[in-house]
Amino acid sequence: MLRLDALSRRFGDTVAVSELSLEAEPGQILSLLGPSGCGKTTTLRMVAGFETPSSGRVWLDGRDVTRLGAQQRGMGMVFQNYALFPHLDVWENVAFGLLARGEARRDAAPRVERVLELVELPGYGKRRVQELSGGQQQRVALARALAPEPPVLLLDEPLSNLDAALRERTRTELRALLKRLGMTAIFVTHDQEEAFALSDRVALLHQGHLQQVGTPEALYTAPANPFVASFLGRANFLLATLDPAGSSHARLAGGAVWPVRTATDAPMQPGSAATVMVRPEALRLLPPGSELAPADLQGCLVDRRFAGAMSFYRVQVGDRELLVQGGPADAAPGDAVWVRPREGAVILVFPGDAS
Amino acid sequence: MNRRTLVLAAPVVLVLLWLVLYPNLFVLGDSFSEGGRFSLQHYRRFWTSRSEIGALWASVWISAASVVLSALLGVPLAFLFARYQFPGRRLLGALAAMPVLLPPLVGTISFLFLYGESGFFTRGVQLLLGLESPPWRLAGPGAILLVHAYTMYVYFYLFVAAGLSRLDAGYAEAATALGAGRWLTLRRITLPMLAPALGGAALLVFMTSMASFSAPYVFGGGFRVLSTQIYASKLNGEGGLVAVEAVVLAVASLLFLILLQRYEGARSYTGASKGLGPAPRSAVSRGWMLALGAGAAIAFLLLPHLTVLLVSFVPEGSWTTEFFPPVYSLESYRSLVSSPDRLVPVLNSLRMATVATLANIVFAFAAGYLLARRRFWGRGAVNALVVLPWALPGTVLAIALASTFAVHQPWAGQFVLIGSFAILPLAYFIRNIPLVTRAVLASFQQLDPAVEEAAASLGASRVNTLWRVVLPLVLPGLAAGALLAFVTALGEFVASILLYTHRTR
Repeated sequence: MLRLDALSRRFGDTVAVSELSLEAEPGQILSLLGPSGCGKTTTLRMVAGFETPSSGRVWLDGRDVTRLGAQQRGMGMVFQNYALFPHLDVWENVAFGLLARGEARRDAAPRVERVLELVELPGYGKRRVQELSGGQQQRVALARALAPEPPVLLLDEPLSNLDAALRERTRTELRALLKRLGMTAIFVTHDQEEAFALSDRVALLHQGHLQQVGTPEALYTAPANPFVASFLGRANFLLATLDPAGSSHARLAGGAVWPVRTATDAPMQPGSAATVMVRPEALRLLPPGSELAPADLQGCLVDRRFAGAMSFYRVQVGDRELLVQGGPADAAPGDAVWVRPREGAVILVFPGDAS
Repeated sequence: MNRRTLVLAAPVVLVLLWLVLYPNLFVLGDSFSEGGRFSLQHYRRFWTSRSEIGALWASVWISAASVVLSALLGVPLAFLFARYQFPGRRLLGALAAMPVLLPPLVGTISFLFLYGESGFFTRGVQLLLGLESPPWRLAGPGAILLVHAYTMYVYFYLFVAAGLSRLDAGYAEAATALGAGRWLTLRRITLPMLAPALGGAALLVFMTSMASFSAPYVFGGGFRVLSTQIYASKLNGEGGLVAVEAVVLAVASLLFLILLQRYEGARSYTGASKGLGPAPRSAVSRGWMLALGAGAAIAFLLLPHLTVLLVSFVPEGSWTTEFFPPVYSLESYRSLVSSPDRLVPVLNSLRMATVATLANIVFAFAAGYLLARRRFWGRGAVNALVVLPWALPGTVLAIALASTFAVHQPWAGQFVLIGSFAILPLAYFIRNIPLVTRAVLASFQQLDPAVEEAAASLGASRVNTLWRVVLPLVLPGLAAGALLAFVTALGEFVASILLYTHRTR
């Protein structure tokens, strides 16, 4: 099991990673997700042993490896640009880790063949790495990292150099392969969709701080703070006042009353100012002539964007603009419209003006 | 700075301080002292002497004129090879860059055989016009300029050709689309965008001319430039004056180097798009004419070097008045190999160049790795010291070594090396530090650090990573740099003549 304990990394005055504590269970795929500069790559490099933490510890299977160099840790790593050795052929690349620890070539050979079969490149041993396509190079990099059977596999944006169609297929295959091997993996990405598709758990980082860690569903449906809510998918934020009688309802600026759930552990005073977060798919536009309810919010339609299976509507409500998924096809810009939360929709409140 | 960086940096910095900075500071000190005390006497002598100021002025105007002449040869040649397609374009294009590879002394000697009083070309003209005596003497400023233009056009040729191939064709096409004709496009778009290349080449030629020793030494006669003036003062034993002359020459060269970097920094047109240079225009109807013209130009430019080759096959004393040598044989080569008297200098050259180059390889590998991979305080200064021997004329370096290593003061880092075998390889080594180190540095910079990290993450030890991954990948750069260094060391003339003793010739 891999455990990070209050890991920090400072570069001069800037704090790249701050007091990060995380665990990766055996056989689990954990994503480090966040915008560029959030500290995810620095974290991965501290785990790999390329970067020395300013403070904190890295534990691997109960052993403190913080002071060990990369070569002693033996974590497998797949680099963003693959970092294949350009002067060696595919076989030599894949065998590198086995030969480095003193294995004889003929002992390494069957294992190299097996790993190449695993990544569906059997018989590619004699190819030069430059002759391979991007996708094939990516798989050689994976095979090279897997060959020495590392306890943990680290992947630094391994799919970002592939084109869109290939990327989607590769991530499905990659997840299947890692699951089949029961490999513990840490995967760095800035792409939310990729993190969701690949990982069992996602750790979202922002400005060096861990925002939230959990399953993709948990992060999407119960974001711990507005940053998590807006980074994962699309989110609308509206100013509101909590119901004086409790915190299960909030009154919006326009007078509509919505059922809400509190998102954070922070206690919220009944009657206090709050921010409501609602996702576009939790809202719909009412057809003209509908019977109105207390939850309905009046606004003015700015435009409609057709997106195949559904349409997106931008609605001006007071000084805010709401994104709404679904509504009548004949609504035209400039129309006065009503927005209603869908049945059972999750609407969260955060304390204060959090937008 | 962590301990590993320190262990690597210490020897590199020590070598740079002791062998690059220290001797030059020594010369600076010499120029300001007389009888062990501070004095401006030597500077006063320099500025009041007609011949000294004359030599400085000669150096400057010869260099400026060399720039103009080299540009007139090199720029059209670059346009010809970069913009037109014709048979033999690649081969002739590569040949046009040849003269830069030859040692200056060989180039200079070759001109004697071609344009000297009894040279091929001179005799040809004499025969053609039926003159009694040779039509000209190859001497003085004209001869120096001829040699300079002939050998230094290569800088303009290479820089401008590279600039043209990088230039985004889109700019010229945009100008054409706006209705500009070919001349307007050339004048207003292409040439201004080539300014960095032209400026870089101009200053490089200027610096090389300032440092040039062989041509003024062989052809100058009574006409002195600063570098030959240094040699004359050295023969006269005027140590203080030599130091002042060396300082003036060094300052002039460094000034132009700074200018060069300013200029490169201020103007850079990398282009907004990842555009490509225009495809060479195919001149189908004129292709053979162009090829013929280009071939003739290249033949003319390489004629001096071919002459040396030809003359080497002529037995001594067999060629007197004929236009072409009457007899050809391998006698010169045979006597070179068979008579120890002639063989020893060749073997000495090879031996010294080998020793120096090996030292360069070791130093460059350490310094290149340090500069490319480690961040440490004083990195900029190390970088500057690495380039210094290239910025300073060879004459200055030789003078610096001659005054530093003529006395035995171990506690001051001074040893008597003049007259020993070590001094020339040492001079070659210092001279070639920039060349080899920059070559290795460039390889390191192209090498993705992730490749080394990949090796480490696969469990390879540092030594293993160095041996199995890093070394094979920087080897091409290292080999190219070392080869050039070896050739340069073989052809180094100014250091040899200034540090020369009978035993090490």
